[in-house]
Amino acid sequence: MNAIPGRIAPAPLLSVEGLTKWYGHVLGCRDVAFDLRPGEVLGIVGESGSGKTTLLNCISGKLTPTSGEVRFDTRRFGLTDIYGLSEPDRRRMQREEWGFVHQNPRDGLRMRVSGGANVAEPLMNLGGRHYGNMRQATIDWLDRVELDTRRIDDKPRNFSGGMQQRIQVARNLIHGPRLVFMDEPTGGLDVSVQARLLDLLRELVRDLGLAVIIVTHDMAVARLMADRLMVMKGGEVVETGLTDQVLDDPQHPYTQLLVSSVLQI
Amino acid sequence: MSTPVPARANAPERYYNYAYLDEQTKRMIRRSILKALAIPGYQVPFGSREMPVPYGWGTGGIQLTAAIIGPDDVYKCIDQGADDTTNAVSIRRFFANVADVATTEDTGEATIIQTRHRIPEKPLKQGQVLVYQVPQPEPLRGLEARETETRAMHAYEEYGLQYVSLYENVSAYGRIAATAGYPVMVEERYLMSPSPIPKFDNPKMAQNEAVMLFGAGREKRIYAVPPFTRVRSLDFEDYPFETQTWEETCALCGAEDSYLDEVILDDAGDKMFVCSDSHHCAERREAGHVGPMAGHTLDQDAALKEPAQ
Repeated sequence: MNAIPGRIAPAPLLSVEGLTKWYGHVLGCRDVAFDLRPGEVLGIVGESGSGKTTLLNCISGKLTPTSGEVRFDTRRFGLTDIYGLSEPDRRRMQREEWGFVHQNPRDGLRMRVSGGANVAEPLMNLGGRHYGNMRQATIDWLDRVELDTRRIDDKPRNFSGGMQQRIQVARNLIHGPRLVFMDEPTGGLDVSVQARLLDLLRELVRDLGLAVIIVTHDMAVARLMADRLMVMKGGEVVETGLTDQVLDDPQHPYTQLLVSSVLQI
Repeated sequence: MSTPVPARANAPERYYNYAYLDEQTKRMIRRSILKALAIPGYQVPFGSREMPVPYGWGTGGIQLTAAIIGPDDVYKCIDQGADDTTNAVSIRRFFANVADVATTEDTGEATIIQTRHRIPEKPLKQGQVLVYQVPQPEPLRGLEARETETRAMHAYEEYGLQYVSLYENVSAYGRIAATAGYPVMVEERYLMSPSPIPKFDNPKMAQNEAVMLFGAGREKRIYAVPPFTRVRSLDFEDYPFETQTWEETCALCGAEDSYLDEVILDDAGDKMFVCSDSHHCAERREAGHVGPMAGHTLDQDAALKEPAQ
């Protein structure tokens, strides 16, 4: 690697500190802290109800945490607590610099408008007013996520689940975000489609140098996508580390259980 | 109008309060109107009342009119541009009855014009009020079902979504094919649905001398465009806003520049195009303009005699 002594690590893109969310007296997640650097892929794994999605929603500005800070290196304000921003500024920052890929494409797409319009919408939200240019960008992106560009004007419901997910990926990358959140992006897909989509995601993330936070309960997805892993149980982070390290040499009993319960064929 | 002169307002034998609504309701609506005028294009919520017509028949417009009308007003009501359709006649008779106002079909003479679907062809003047009946005040509703979200979008001026509908239009039809309820930006701040008027009428809203009030009874919203306000129809840089045009002229008055309705004449597919603004058309015919199908005058006596034989 880089041999320059005293090399300064790049400033974090996202810095989470002491993040806690209570739903009344029920714990969502407690005291989560981590830094994410540009281009890094962080996987959050754990069983259902372990607080993965609560954590993701808190980090992505959808759910106000009970306490703690989520600081993001915004283009306009520098490294700021996103919940300290005014609502219009926060929404604008989310539109401009983030993407969010939902597990169910129905949550992330507008089912009433065509796939092409879905992909082009972020451009319009950022002030794009030239149809021809946006159309071309849409076609380029459909091509990039390996969809038939002749089907650009079909409604999302006429696409298969895997294709819908590809539309969602294109929609969340077209505006050049720096950070993309993914909530079980391959959750509802069969294994072969899942494998192809993962392959595509991996390629795009590497080519674009994206930072990604990916929530999954699938160890295979975590192994393929993530550089680093956070293992959650009962709302708390029980183990963190490099993906291969965590999966090959799990320390915490729960992680050991998780890794050993992956089905082998 | 030949309606019998009703008892004056506040006369003891009068059954309804003046202009149908009670005074407190009218006050509440006037307050909403003032707020709407102060923030052009902003949708002001108001306590919409039950009216003696169903939702969708102009309850919003009727409440606005009731709140601003006085005995000295001259009232005109049009539906699809015509003065003589059932809905327009009923509403006009309603206000002649409950507000003791003179009614007219003459656009120039009227002080309050209640309309649905059209802005009269004759340019409006200072001192006139145009009241629109609005079915859906929220231009973004077709794309975003959540009211909380559309309110935030208006508050933060996030109007990119509206362009998605235009994008869909261009990709499906090769042009912006939307014809009615075409969204506009008011004073470059609020996105507004101009009620289902044809986009032909959109340019008339810009810098108009008259006060324009919009009432949606079911949705309980009032909004307004004050006189001399900038109103811009949305479009793309490479697909500019265009109004409808016709190759035909009005069959009765020969007008080339008015909004035309297509009327089917028989089963053989014959049709005619006539001005949708009935008063505009009649005025032009009186002034001697003749369209291709207006060559003869009806012999009224002959027409009356014929059925008897």
